[in-house]
Amino acid sequence: MSTVTLRIASVTALVLGVLAALPAHAGKDLDAIKARGALVCGVNTGLAGFSAADSQGRWTGLDVDYCRALAAAILGDANKVRFSPLTAQQRFTALQSGEIDVLSRNTTWTLTRDASLGMHFVGVTFYDGQGFMVPKSLNVKSAKQLKGATVCVQSGTTTELNLTDFSRANNLAIKPVVFEKQEASTGAYFSGRCQAFTTDASGLASIRSKEAQKPADHVILPELISKEPLGPSVRRGDDEFFAIAKWTFNVLLEAEEYGITQANIDQIKKDSKNPGVMRLLGAGTEDTGKVLGLDKDWAYRAIKAVGNYGEIFERHVGEKTPIGLPRGTNALWTDGGLMYAPPVR
Amino acid sequence: MAEAFQSIAARAPPVRTGGALPWLRRNLFGDWKSALATVFLIGLALLVLPPFGQWAVANAVLAPNADACQAARGSGACWGVIAEKWHVIIFGRYPFEGQWRPAIATLLMIAAVVASCIRRFWRPWLGLMWLAVLATFFILMGGGVFGLEPVRTDLWGGLPLTVMLATLSIFLAFPLAVLVALGRRSQLPAIRTVCIVYIELIRGVPLISVLFMASFMFPLFMPQGMTIDVLVRVLVGITLFAAAYMAEIVRGGLQAIPRGQLEAASTLGLGYWQTQRKIVLPQALAMVVPSMMNNFISILKDTSLVTIVSLYELTGALALALNADVEWRPFKIEAYLFITAIYFSICFAMSRYSLWVEGQLGVSRTR
Amino acid sequence: MPPGTATPRSGPGAALPTPPDELSARPVGRRPRRKREWSLRSRAVRGLLYQALALLAVAAVVWFLAHNTQRNMEVRGIQSGFNFLGQAAGFDIGETMIAYDPSQSYGRAIWVGVLNTLRVALLGIVLTTVLGVLVGIGRFSRNALVRGLCYGYVEMFRNVPILLQLLMWYLLFVDVLPPPQTAWNVADLFYLSKGGFSFPAPVWDRGHAWMGAGLLAGLAVGGWWRRESQRRFELTGHDRNRWAVPVAAAICLAFAGWAAGGAPRSWSVPEQLPFMVDGGISATPEFMAVLIGLVMYTAAFIAEVVRSGIQSVSHGQNEAASALGLTQRMQMRLVVLPQALRVIIPPMTNQYLNLTKNSSLAVVIGYPDVVSIANTTLNQTGRAVECIAIIMLVYLCTSLGTSALMNWYNRHAAIKER
Repeated sequence: MSTVTLRIASVTALVLGVLAALPAHAGKDLDAIKARGALVCGVNTGLAGFSAADSQGRWTGLDVDYCRALAAAILGDANKVRFSPLTAQQRFTALQSGEIDVLSRNTTWTLTRDASLGMHFVGVTFYDGQGFMVPKSLNVKSAKQLKGATVCVQSGTTTELNLTDFSRANNLAIKPVVFEKQEASTGAYFSGRCQAFTTDASGLASIRSKEAQKPADHVILPELISKEPLGPSVRRGDDEFFAIAKWTFNVLLEAEEYGITQANIDQIKKDSKNPGVMRLLGAGTEDTGKVLGLDKDWAYRAIKAVGNYGEIFERHVGEKTPIGLPRGTNALWTDGGLMYAPPVR
Repeated sequence: MAEAFQSIAARAPPVRTGGALPWLRRNLFGDWKSALATVFLIGLALLVLPPFGQWAVANAVLAPNADACQAARGSGACWGVIAEKWHVIIFGRYPFEGQWRPAIATLLMIAAVVASCIRRFWRPWLGLMWLAVLATFFILMGGGVFGLEPVRTDLWGGLPLTVMLATLSIFLAFPLAVLVALGRRSQLPAIRTVCIVYIELIRGVPLISVLFMASFMFPLFMPQGMTIDVLVRVLVGITLFAAAYMAEIVRGGLQAIPRGQLEAASTLGLGYWQTQRKIVLPQALAMVVPSMMNNFISILKDTSLVTIVSLYELTGALALALNADVEWRPFKIEAYLFITAIYFSICFAMSRYSLWVEGQLGVSRTR
Repeated sequence: MPPGTATPRSGPGAALPTPPDELSARPVGRRPRRKREWSLRSRAVRGLLYQALALLAVAAVVWFLAHNTQRNMEVRGIQSGFNFLGQAAGFDIGETMIAYDPSQSYGRAIWVGVLNTLRVALLGIVLTTVLGVLVGIGRFSRNALVRGLCYGYVEMFRNVPILLQLLMWYLLFVDVLPPPQTAWNVADLFYLSKGGFSFPAPVWDRGHAWMGAGLLAGLAVGGWWRRESQRRFELTGHDRNRWAVPVAAAICLAFAGWAAGGAPRSWSVPEQLPFMVDGGISATPEFMAVLIGLVMYTAAFIAEVVRSGIQSVSHGQNEAASALGLTQRMQMRLVVLPQALRVIIPPMTNQYLNLTKNSSLAVVIGYPDVVSIANTTLNQTGRAVECIAIIMLVYLCTSLGTSALMNWYNRHAAIKER
């Protein structure tokens, strides 16, 4: 063969070979997680109490504990989680594109997000509302006094939309200053660029405790101007993974209803004769894991890894923590709150 | 007969034009406008510099003591914030115990770059040395072999990330740029069109949008199940961006080659690729070295934009270090000045080197 | 040649013989068809093959990406299409140039973003040209201090990334300025605080449109006067003042227009309210930080471009101009700058484009430009591909427009060589 023909043939072969070699396998999320051996969890870049990393890189928080429970349920080990910190801008594209498996990032469950972003919300882990924080020196007692004020807000959140609605409904002509990153917006508020800061009330408490120079100098106004049910979400397309994610959270609530804690779970599993408890922990003959595609001890592992919902709440955002939130609407339905899990059976 | 020699009075000595005083007179007080400007600028300097000196040096707090810094706030700079936070600023989120690894890796990389600049090292084994340095860099940073703890790429940050992104994207973009430049000047209309579309498209959009596309939408473009490392995605984005600009620079060099060279080459029987490799490219690339160096400096500065896609290189690592820490947050200005100094020293060194290269190649015709 | 004699066809003084017809005329009748040899040895055939391969490769890659995207979006139930541009936006924008209400569509919100970007870009281009040219010329100053200062400015601002500069300017504005409740003010007319810089402005009325029309008419008269003066000068050598009449015409006609439009006199003056400063026109710290950061950064590059342009004009031109008796100013204006412009304009275009593209960084400090608003839209609607495509389209159009404008100016202003 002549040199030229050889050269042309090799170029053609190279081009076709590259195109053919690109893999095109369609995997499901659950299989991908098991194959990878780790759950990739999208969390906040740093919101104390929900998902924040300390200087050693260890993540703690309510959203983080949910991911740990899920990893324990699917993979058997609560530490087989990789945390991917995401800004509010990136979170949905990261979930849609497959970069993360589950988004546990204090995200509000809304119609648009459920219907048009290609995701399923797993449940509500925290019932919240949007509030305002102002410096005490401003002498403002109610959000309705913020006429013409400048308010710092993070971009791409329901916060932005609710602020506009509130401003229009009450004729306040509020001027929003919109930042892409949360640190930029809190930084601008604390340096005095804006007169007020708005986000979910739990976020306000967390930010005030962690980022204010003198937390006592800032006041959280009493109005909650919206409903903010925060919860984790997964991508559409894998119903089994969706079911596992949903029920992992439900067993944490059921555990609190039964009074099962991290401390007493082993003893209860051994001793209890309550059929509901036995079914939950896989102590009896019923195997709730089989229909989900997991083994019998999945719920036991999840609860043992992080405790029941009440323990998680108290550990991260409860009244003994610097954030100091009362259970309020997040208490069990038997205690007057909204937390009600469908029965595990 | 007249007298042989009659002495006359000595003439006045010529006015000195050299020396300090005449220089001052000429350059600072040449005419009344110049004198006015001198007086104004000196007055301004006397107004601004002493308070700045007081703030930056005299009243400054060097120790990493938050209380002392707070006490000195407004009157003295708090350089203690750098002493306290330099770990996070320089190395990002890299695990604390393993930080000797990125330190060595960065020093190696910088040494390799400096070595490549010195003429004595322009030998054939330079390529091999670079391969070895790159391999060592990734092994040290990523770990997983030789008993080193594996560290995920999204924990890499700070100065090592800046240096790595800049160097790798320059390396990868260069061959691509040469190919695209050749393609743009090609006689084949299809290839020429593809290259033109690529160059104009990329040069018309800001780097942010290319980075957004690369980091957020890349996974959507890939088949399900295939995940690409976020670092790789960002690197691809920066490389594609840099290649378009470099291609234009190389094209300028190619255009300056006289047609006679191509004709002589084809007379000698050289094919297209032989001509390019042996005749055209050596001349063209030598001609565009100053512009290329400028471009390299821009690429280094552009790496600071990856902060926007949450890779914490130098600028992002500073935000990471200070935004969450209430005690040290008021002293952001000092930390900003610190990384300004780092960027400035690197870029200034590169621009000085570029001037030296220009001189060596005899390209500039300074008067 | 003496008039009256035609060029003889032969003999001494004859014209050269014309070439015979067969060589210059088009061949009549059909040319024998060249048989195309489909062999790989032929350059044309190889060229076709390479092009086909290249197109195939590009098409395959594009198909691969598009197919994957489409399948991924189907599986995840992500909707696509541009119909979201008609839906109500629901979010407010901090500063807008046109009236905007959250009940208006996403399309309008993005248009507001485009106008914000253009505002920064156009103002930035004007200011940076002024500053850059001054600093560039300052590099040649007689005064060593001025030269050193300009050199220091260029090196300082060129070697630090623009993102860092924007962040520092914003930090400076937000930290150093007083809170809006206690703004600094000058004569109760100009206020400066963390909330921005407010200055009085006339309330827009029909009379101002008339004034604008009058100003345009005055400029047209002035242009005509200058062209007339130039023509007269070239014909007769008499020069007349070329500035007085145009300026006077502009002022008088503008005033006439203003008076004809009803002489509107109301001004919007900023005043200090408990929370903020209201009224007048206010420039937010975000806008000021973006503008000043971009202007100072790009001015350093423009100074270098101007410097290299002026240096490219050979010194002999200066010397010849001095020999002709031209003053320094006339040398610069008539001899050096026109030649230097040829070298200056293409890189200057590049810098303008860079400034426009760098304005996209405003998203980091909270200025609502098109990237910031498209990002918010992306988040609210989930249409990642479409929103990023919109951003890229906006910048492409701006780049192409600026390039076209500068190319026209280049052709018009640069010296045409023979």
